[in-house]
Amino acid sequence: MEQGYLLQHLIAFGQLLREVGIPAGPSQMVELVTALEHVDIRKREDFKAAARCILVLRRDDLPVFDTAFDFFWRNLTRSEAEEELPRNVLSTMKVKRPRQLRLPSRPSEGDPSKSREEREERINMQLSFSARETLRTKDFSQFSWEEVQAAKEMMRRFKWRIEERPTRRKRPVKLGSQFDMRRTLRRSMNNGGEMLDLAWRDVRTHQRPLVVLCDISGSMDRYSRILLHFLHTISDGLRDVETFVFGTRLTRITRQLRSRDIDDAVQAVSKQVLDWSGGTRIGDAVKEFNFKWGRRVLGRGPVVLLISDGWDRGDPKLLGREMYRLQHSCHRLIWLNPLLGSPDYKPLTVGMQAALPHIDDFLPVHNLVSLEQLGEKLSQLGKRKPERRQQPLRERL
Amino acid sequence: MFASIDELQTALAEHSYVADRPLTTAIFLALKLNKPLLLEGEAGVGKTEIAKTLSSMLGRDLIRLQCYEGLDVNTTIYEWNYARQMLQIRMLEASGKAQDDTALSNIFGPEFLIKRPLLQAIEASTEKPPILLIDELDRADEEFEAFLLELLSDWQISIPELGTIRAAQPPTVIITSNRTREVHDALKRRCLFYWVDYPSLEKELAIVKTRLPHASERLSQQVVAFVQELRNLDLYKLPGVAETIDWATALAALEQTELSVDMVEDTLGAILKYQDDIAQVKGSTVRALLAKVTA
Repeated sequence: MEQGYLLQHLIAFGQLLREVGIPAGPSQMVELVTALEHVDIRKREDFKAAARCILVLRRDDLPVFDTAFDFFWRNLTRSEAEEELPRNVLSTMKVKRPRQLRLPSRPSEGDPSKSREEREERINMQLSFSARETLRTKDFSQFSWEEVQAAKEMMRRFKWRIEERPTRRKRPVKLGSQFDMRRTLRRSMNNGGEMLDLAWRDVRTHQRPLVVLCDISGSMDRYSRILLHFLHTISDGLRDVETFVFGTRLTRITRQLRSRDIDDAVQAVSKQVLDWSGGTRIGDAVKEFNFKWGRRVLGRGPVVLLISDGWDRGDPKLLGREMYRLQHSCHRLIWLNPLLGSPDYKPLTVGMQAALPHIDDFLPVHNLVSLEQLGEKLSQLGKRKPERRQQPLRERL
Repeated sequence: MFASIDELQTALAEHSYVADRPLTTAIFLALKLNKPLLLEGEAGVGKTEIAKTLSSMLGRDLIRLQCYEGLDVNTTIYEWNYARQMLQIRMLEASGKAQDDTALSNIFGPEFLIKRPLLQAIEASTEKPPILLIDELDRADEEFEAFLLELLSDWQISIPELGTIRAAQPPTVIITSNRTREVHDALKRRCLFYWVDYPSLEKELAIVKTRLPHASERLSQQVVAFVQELRNLDLYKLPGVAETIDWATALAALEQTELSVDMVEDTLGAILKYQDDIAQVKGSTVRALLAKVTA
């Protein structure tokens, strides 16, 4: 291939990568061109390996890159190569979505073309103080579309805070627990080497990471949408949040929730998740989390929220075992159950029974007040881990 | 240095490191383009070993920085030797020079400096830049990553009391991560990225043979086949290559020439590191796998 064509092709290839979601920036493309001075482009595998280690930054992107590479650099005749822009690779990569999130029905008179601001304004005007109070204690499952919008607005104003954890880092303070040799010696230079002015350091604290696992199976249907809003506000309001949803399988939605606009985020999530309103196998989902993600997101003493009604069709023994494991790899394991809001609810389902011994806190999540209580709880977790049963795992196997 | 990828591959093999072609290409480019090489992969797939091999192969020093949460300037770049500084002050006082400002300010001179790995790597001799191994970066916190970002792009460190120290020739940097958390994209963009996977049967066998030339051929083959089968199971922690080598070494030390059910069960602790996993595999699974492997 002549030099001129090669450059064009490299640029087109970079474009293709960006289209399939691999962020190959211009500096990386330049890097690749430089690398080709050292790597023989006629050796396909070497060229591929070079492009791979320069253009791909994430492991998850590697298979996508391979497909794109094989597609783009397949043997083409010259005229084909000049004409064809590899668009169809995109369509082949799309996955079928069997199930979509069922949205609560909008009021029929509502004009969908109205801007969001207008709608929100209308809702705010509708809500007097007393209406707000009613809304706070109303069960999420009874919400109308308007009330969901109003609740969204109220949730947005919540201030989220999690009790901090001590880090291994120190910060300079006026008076602290540790002597700062370096600063003290520096200051002593002003006094002819006499250490009169002592400097101190103290432990720096940091917000604990939060990990949320949310059940979106059929039985949780009435709560799913409002809970997604809740997940969005909490991801938006706190620094370090990892979010997963599960029905029969586990899906990570952290990235989708990063979108600032709540509706965009929920839209993105509903596209990503394949098993809306299906069955539940909590044990399998927690196991998948422990195996695939545990080591990656449970590193720094996180608080884990598990949101589910406990209706489980899986093996209760498995659930018990995996909950034990999850509890022992986090700082605090909180189970939020929307059914707990009703006064006569008793956690008698087999799944709930299996999980209960391994939960630190069992709290309701059925209305706005319960979310406020959760917020309060998170900000006062205490420095120490709660006392837990010290039972060897083997007995449970 | 190496003119081609083939040459590098041969050299690596001579130093007992079996690298496949894509990995060799990545190392080759890291050396040619002088870019840091970020190696990600599960524990025990030979990431750290690459740096060690490069160091012995190129005859360059290996400077290793093991990461952990809270790494700071004092532990990674430099620290002042406080005890010496204080003694010096007392000596100046004794000789009546404590009021002399220049004498006093000399206590922040190079002879009172304790150099930590990153400063050592930058300051090293110009002829043979060292290999800098930044091990398990995922264990460090974001503050350290941000600092590293600066270092990797400018190759200079400033010490307020001494001024800026610039690397005459930047070291070859190998960064490893077990992916217990995602390394920031900005840092990744400055590196070549390579995912080190579990090796194929052939490659793993080649590794075991290179590392344990004296073990019986039959044993090596069975050990590797057994471990490869284990990796298909639903285990909490899959065994890495390091575990395979450990296990083969253990069995060879026990003078085994092939696998037997009792021996496997007694030495399972060399490859499986979780009680759950051992309990799951012990008994029928071991027998089934063994039958498959020895067939």
